[in-house]
Amino acid sequence: MPSFSKKGEDTPMDVISSAIPLLLKGLEVTIYIFIIAIILGFLLGLLVALFRLAPIKILNWIAIVYVNAIRGTPFIVQLFFIYFGINSLHFVSLNSTTAGIITVAINAGAYFSEIIRAGIQSIDKGQTEAARSLGLTGSQAMRHVILPQAFRRMLPTITNQSIISLKDTSLLSIIGIADLTQQGQIQASATFEAFKIWLTVGVIYFIIIYLISALASFVERRFELR
Amino acid sequence: MIIISVKNLKKSFGSVEVLKDINAEVKEKEVICVIGPSGSGKSTFLRCLNRLEDISGGEVVINGNNITDPKVNINKVRQEVGMVFQQFNLFPHKTVLENITLAPMKVRSAEKAETEKRAMELLDKVGLREKANSYPGELSGGQKQRVAIARALAMNPKIMLFDEPTSALDPEMVGDVLEVMQQLAKEGMTMVVVTHEMGFAKEVGDRVIFMDGGYIVEENTPDELFGNPQHNRTKSFLSKVLNHI
Repeated sequence: MPSFSKKGEDTPMDVISSAIPLLLKGLEVTIYIFIIAIILGFLLGLLVALFRLAPIKILNWIAIVYVNAIRGTPFIVQLFFIYFGINSLHFVSLNSTTAGIITVAINAGAYFSEIIRAGIQSIDKGQTEAARSLGLTGSQAMRHVILPQAFRRMLPTITNQSIISLKDTSLLSIIGIADLTQQGQIQASATFEAFKIWLTVGVIYFIIIYLISALASFVERRFELR
Repeated sequence: MIIISVKNLKKSFGSVEVLKDINAEVKEKEVICVIGPSGSGKSTFLRCLNRLEDISGGEVVINGNNITDPKVNINKVRQEVGMVFQQFNLFPHKTVLENITLAPMKVRSAEKAETEKRAMELLDKVGLREKANSYPGELSGGQKQRVAIARALAMNPKIMLFDEPTSALDPEMVGDVLEVMQQLAKEGMTMVVVTHEMGFAKEVGDRVIFMDGGYIVEENTPDELFGNPQHNRTKSFLSKVLNHI
């Protein structure tokens, strides 16, 4: 039944506007988890990429096992493993937010590491040789010559993975995190207005992701390869 | 004084032996030109002199440091040995000035203002002062190579290695680069130049080394080597390349 304003009934906008403050609270949680997880995931990815490229067999293997373990299992299984599985061992007690951040970070880290590895390998070997021939150490060459160039090339793929990870955070509602999706669920069942609520939730996700893409293309333009 | 000494140098890539038994000495302020057909091992030989290639056997001593010894700090030795590449290998994300100042600032922790002043002097020397704030992508090949030379000189090296520095250039750009190199030779820089520019080898080289099949076949003064080659392989190589001039 469409509920165009008859007396005593909510207009469609009323349903949405009364839900929005709670949805925005959820959005805050989503963004908070996303930002922390994506930074941790990126640092982890960088470390694992360097492990993968290091001339040390054991580090290569650690990186390969990690990336394959994450790529080869569903996100939900990773989440349940960390939240329920690890907590069941009783040597640590992770609250749901911590477990959620860790899962998103570890998941994104595996994909980031592959992006970063490919980015580093795409830089011409002559760049390293030129840097090393000037007396720079291996890590100085990596830091000042290879990584800055590699990051520019990686930026579109990094943006893509970040967007995927942001969307993955919606699965954290399953372990009870009060993120945007969870708030949507609460509102939808409280109001019986599933269509309007989920449409609103979708629009909010869309706007955030649109803003991330816009920011990324701005950064890309600023750092355009010369 | 001997500044580069190479004894029984061997280099293999997998099962392919590229350098078989190289013996050579370079005195301070000498300009050595290395010529030979492609695949003769001349670039590999050059790249062994700053250990861009791992050395499979024998001994390379640079300025008193045996760089085949793993205890020797290769980064330290490389500061004394500038290198110029066929493909320039400028850092595309840095301006010309930053390309030149990067190594002195990061490796020697030199002061910024001082390093930039020195970089501008070097750019003057290669005739590119006005390009200091350009990016490599905005330069012609010849300009890139002159910046690469300035970049290598910024570390005040005792030795300069040139790996076919003009082979990737348009013909009309070659002259400018060779001129800078000639000037450098005149100032007393020790240089080892792998080149196809026989004119340069003749005019600027103190000695010319002819390599073929992983060996040094013949070495002599340019006049002798070009005028009176002793080996058949040298003769046949020279007849092929000199015919084109």
